Amino acid sequence: MAMEICRREHGLEISELDPFLAELLRQIPASACPESVPAAENRLFSQPIDPAEKNICSEWKLYVEPELRRLFQTATETVAEDLKQLSGDEKPFANRILFIPAKNADAWLNALNQARLVIAAKNDFSDGELGDNYRSPIGSRRDLSLFQVNFYGFLQEFILRELIDSRGEAPA
Amino acid sequence: MRAEVAQHQSVALLPVQEVSGPAISDPTTEKQTETEEEVDLPWQVVVHNDPVNLMTYVTMVFQRVFGYPREKAERHMLEVHHKGRSILWSGVRERAELYVQQLHGYLLLATLERIG
Repeated sequence: MAMEICRREHGLEISELDPFLAELLRQIPASACPESVPAAENRLFSQPIDPAEKNICSEWKLYVEPELRRLFQTATETVAEDLKQLSGDEKPFANRILFIPAKNADAWLNALNQARLVIAAKNDFSDGELGDNYRSPIGSRRDLSLFQVNFYGFLQEFILRELIDSRGEAPA
Repeated sequence: MRAEVAQHQSVALLPVQEVSGPAISDPTTEKQTETEEEVDLPWQVVVHNDPVNLMTYVTMVFQRVFGYPREKAERHMLEVHHKGRSILWSGVRERAELYVQQLHGYLLLATLERIG
């Protein structure tokens, strides 16, 4: 499994993509969907306050949650649009390049985070499992999901480093 | 679609001027503006530990949302990591709600709590 990430003037370029990693990248938008799994849904849309504060909770559900849903959906749509670069079969994977424009870095961070949280919630990973970055080989569906969480985390770290280095951090 | 992201984020992610403690502790402010907001004091914004969110990501979010310098953001991040929670801000409810909303936009586990 391999790929190369290079910093370019206006973003990040991922090349030399292994087909397996390319497939994981293409799964980001789908992985971010809670699919009516309560644990995943509850993690993405967590309670803002003690449930005893009923008024605040119901106002939050009515006014804030739809806005959060729109924000998350816009992020995954942006990523899905960028991932179209990996579609088609005219070139072998090794020759395909995924360019992540710097202007889409925030959307990528958000979508990757959504995907990681949803996968972790669906699999109910323990803290120990999530901290085990070097678990191998991939022998089960659960191992694969954990690998996916770690791979997306690796990509997030890279994008974050890019943001920090190129913009001096905390760009909004 | 991309323009929507930029527009949304520019609204949601504006760093807000740092407040070093509960607004009620500032006697000057208290005298000058006895508004409904001040009567509503005090609330706090709490961020809870989450084993999925990356430490660097959490630090970046604290910098962006609260306008904290990197060192302060890191201190809060480490407090969340080691103690399970950290109080990021205290003050009026309306502003605290806005902070919690922004933190949820970044997918952090954040809650609003009444002080006391």
